[in-house]
Amino acid sequence: MVVVWKDLLVERRSKETLNALFFFGLLLLFVFQFALGPDRERLAGTLPGLLWLGFILSGLLGLGRTFVAERENDCLEGLLLAPGDKSAIYVGKLAGNLLLMLVIETILLVLFSFFFNLDIAGALPALSIVIALGTVALAAVGTLFAAMTAQVRARELLFPVLLLPVETPVLLATVKATEAVLLGEPLGSVAHWLKLLAAADVVYVAVGVLTFDFVLEA
Amino acid sequence: MASEPLIRVTGLRKTFGNHRVLDGLDLDVRAGEAVAVLGANGAGKTTLLKVLATLARPTRGTATVAGHDCAKDAELVRREIGLVAHSSHVYEDLTAAENLTFWATLAGLRPSAAERAGALAAVELERAAAARVRTFSAGMKRRLSLARFVLARPRVLLLDEPFTGLDQGGKKWLEEHLASFKTGGGAIVMTTHSFGRELAVADRIAILAGGAIALDTPRGALSADDVHRLYTLHAEDAS
Repeated sequence: MVVVWKDLLVERRSKETLNALFFFGLLLLFVFQFALGPDRERLAGTLPGLLWLGFILSGLLGLGRTFVAERENDCLEGLLLAPGDKSAIYVGKLAGNLLLMLVIETILLVLFSFFFNLDIAGALPALSIVIALGTVALAAVGTLFAAMTAQVRARELLFPVLLLPVETPVLLATVKATEAVLLGEPLGSVAHWLKLLAAADVVYVAVGVLTFDFVLEA
Repeated sequence: MASEPLIRVTGLRKTFGNHRVLDGLDLDVRAGEAVAVLGANGAGKTTLLKVLATLARPTRGTATVAGHDCAKDAELVRREIGLVAHSSHVYEDLTAAENLTFWATLAGLRPSAAERAGALAAVELERAAAARVRTFSAGMKRRLSLARFVLARPRVLLLDEPFTGLDQGGKKWLEEHLASFKTGGGAIVMTTHSFGRELAVADRIAILAGGAIALDTPRGALSADDVHRLYTLHAEDAS
């Protein structure tokens, strides 16, 4: 809990990540709007992909900054020297990232509906489940890989190169499930995708918890 | 009868690639004792501290702290040590009090507000408790770094050039703080480049040269000039 408290406090004071991600998301939406125009049929086919493209691009930026505060004054070394179970640090970092990503995704979703004139109110409960499941998988791997690349010189390049291949099945499942939900289909029709996402969440979080100690020591 | 050493280093070798930094280093430090390790740049002073702090694994030989092997029982060693390195390990966007709360909680401590205030008072930062670390000088950050160990009460302090960046008042304060730590039964290993009053806290002076301790002598009545002469004889000759 203390790691989440510290991360949220640092973010509240610096506002670096939240501000940057908000403006990045806004710019992304402008680009999409200009590229696609007002053609609603075209939009319907591409919207789920665009929505998750927005989520993953802002996620990449946000997750990549997970250990920025730890690089100042070598606090990562301090974390390593702190006695106790290092997986608690991973869980704290993951929780902080999840909160931040969910805030950004909520803002992006509202902006999406505004920019593309969408009525998503009816699909919101089902959409929330899909987004939550996809975000946990994204944040779980992202937090672990951010720790792995925190001390690497080419971390900005290495981080997405490592993350995106691992997230491919998650992206496929989230885009397919989002497409169905936005078309008004019941959640049951995409149960197989939701099961895949839930399984990915369990596996990715478990791998993060079990390996974080080794990652930090390395 | 002399007590068992709190720190025991035996035949320590540490290599980075083909470069042998430490080679056959032996060192014992008992409770209530402070050893100042002197050496030229690149002699391996920081590497020795990193091995003792479990941040680097020995290539050969052993290092133990309070009977725990630094390579095999790193978690137990970490409960016994406090490391003040070149970096202060404090978060710039937290206040001094918040930093203390964070590190203490992470170490499994639950300090009360009074204990936290006491730790800050011990390092003379009570007035800066609510100030963000970003506004601190290097000396204040070093004091805050030490305040973490006022709360955690480790038995061993590992200090990498602890007097660097401190003003005269800060140096005097640190000398008194380290003397009090020794009196409480703690052991100190500190690296330094200084031959002056900073050595006053040390009971022994160990000169690191050629990857090993070339000279380990009680500080006793050695003057700064004596130390400088010995350092030149051993450390600079080896480099």
